[in-house]
Amino acid sequence: MNAPVKLDLRDVSTFPTRRDEAWRYSDFRRAAPAKIDVAPQVPWPEPGGPFAAIAGDELTFANGRMAGGQTGAQLVLEGGVQRLRFVTDATGGGWQAELALTAAAGAHVILLETYEGRGAAYVASAHLSFVLEDGATLERIVLLAEPADAVSVSIAEVALGRGSSFAQTVVATGAKLQRHDTSVLHPGQGAKLRMDGVYLLGGARHADLTTVVVHAGPDGQTSQLAKGLATDAARAVFQGRIVVEQGADQTDARMRHDALLLSDRAEIDANPELQINADDVACAHGNTVGALDAATLFYIQSRGVPESEAKALLTQAFVGEVLERIEHEGARAIVQAFVAERLEGLL
Amino acid sequence: MLSIKNLHVAIGETEILKGLSLDVPAGEVHAVMGPNGAGKSTLSYTLAGRPGYEVTAGTANLDGENLLALAADARAAKGVFLSFQYPLEIPGVPAITFLRTAVNAQRKARGEPEMGAPEFLKTVRAKAAELKMDFDMLRRGLNVGFSGGEKKRMEILQMAMLAPRLLILDETDSGLDIDALRIVAEGVNAMRAPQRSMLVITHYQRLLDYIIPDRVHVLAGGRIVASGDADLARQLEREGYDRIVAEAA
Repeated sequence: MNAPVKLDLRDVSTFPTRRDEAWRYSDFRRAAPAKIDVAPQVPWPEPGGPFAAIAGDELTFANGRMAGGQTGAQLVLEGGVQRLRFVTDATGGGWQAELALTAAAGAHVILLETYEGRGAAYVASAHLSFVLEDGATLERIVLLAEPADAVSVSIAEVALGRGSSFAQTVVATGAKLQRHDTSVLHPGQGAKLRMDGVYLLGGARHADLTTVVVHAGPDGQTSQLAKGLATDAARAVFQGRIVVEQGADQTDARMRHDALLLSDRAEIDANPELQINADDVACAHGNTVGALDAATLFYIQSRGVPESEAKALLTQAFVGEVLERIEHEGARAIVQAFVAERLEGLL
Repeated sequence: MLSIKNLHVAIGETEILKGLSLDVPAGEVHAVMGPNGAGKSTLSYTLAGRPGYEVTAGTANLDGENLLALAADARAAKGVFLSFQYPLEIPGVPAITFLRTAVNAQRKARGEPEMGAPEFLKTVRAKAAELKMDFDMLRRGLNVGFSGGEKKRMEILQMAMLAPRLLILDETDSGLDIDALRIVAEGVNAMRAPQRSMLVITHYQRLLDYIIPDRVHVLAGGRIVASGDADLARQLEREGYDRIVAEAA
């Protein structure tokens, strides 16, 4: 399995560049300054964040530090809702943090993870690892809401236990460079994986959704649906890779990526990839990049809806298919509202 | 009400309408009939403001206001409604959401207060029942999986909710069986009013047995070549377009 990079903001030699195959569309070294000062501590943020309405535990990193000042932690989740907030309030500078999460055997956990950027031109790097013990269920919902000139990387490595279930929905709104990277070691053995993503990009924003799933054993499921749009001079990157290793028979893996390219200056780089080394598998992938249908737009406008609102309605419906797959009802409603608001600002 | 004078319209390099003139006074229903390729759909799309239909000469005024200067949504807010020959499907946008968005967008454009959810739902329920539509259907994606008849009923429901001043029905009878045709025609007839004009565009006379027009116009070669009362439609049905078009030439 291609291990994700070990990014260390203190050491420019660890910064990936486009010469690194997995980073060819997202040149971190070019986007980030060579020397990054540690972002200073700031007044502790108000509790809550985008998912404040959902009751649960909250763990916050403010400029990369926890309430006690640590930049790393290990957490065992026994069940329920866990809010995980990475709040940045910095102009220039940067932070890095590490978190190891374990979903206990049989636990049912909702993780509401938010990247809330309030400053400018900062560099953020979060490294997470997830272990799902046997039979654990974890739904991870990630909202990336950062300033246009920030550089932000979130890398996660996930190991699934027997019969466990990991479901992820990432909503990216881009930054100078925003990368959300998830690598999953899938043992098969009845474990289920959902790896969804949405990106909504305008201006000169860049977002990169990269996933690698390795099916190492028989009888595993993966379902991936990513949708997004890029307008203005924005750039979206979708890299989805599913590897089915020899012996991982009865693997059922499906990947789809559909995108809307809404401007001549925008760019979408999509690289869906299935690498199958087992015989008895059911795998499929699809990828489309298109524009909004002019006839449908006219139909909506002919009913009195202004063009920008008509476009928002259509794009919301387009990405809505991904959001429908969020299982937690309250979280789904919050994500839908977040997406609707973003789209209105974009179109 | 609607006054079209010397309208010339081109799609790309091809001129389709070549000096069409037509007046529809308030409260009247006028039918526009014509052979395939005469420019019937071009007329309806041009009035509704579809991009790509280039007006090279002429005017089209609604109550003295130049429609051709307005974007499609602004025309709708002024009271223009086109019932599409082939209504489009919009997956992921429930019909009920679409209706409410349209009603309130028009109200906003006219500076009127939005319709609240309870009043809106009550009105939609009543009008859907009149059209014998299953209300649950309105929770599905607009027109997605609807039959031809259901799509046309959905058009009439939109029309009833938006209460336009000028109704344009583009080949509304196409793809309808006789029962669906009757329901749709009843829906249209229920909307006849002294301050509302209708333009019924059709190839066949059949629809005009149910929606009786005050005037019938024959469109051929991009112009109105003959006009008359409802009997003209029956004459066309008997004799075909060839003779009238030849006489006019």
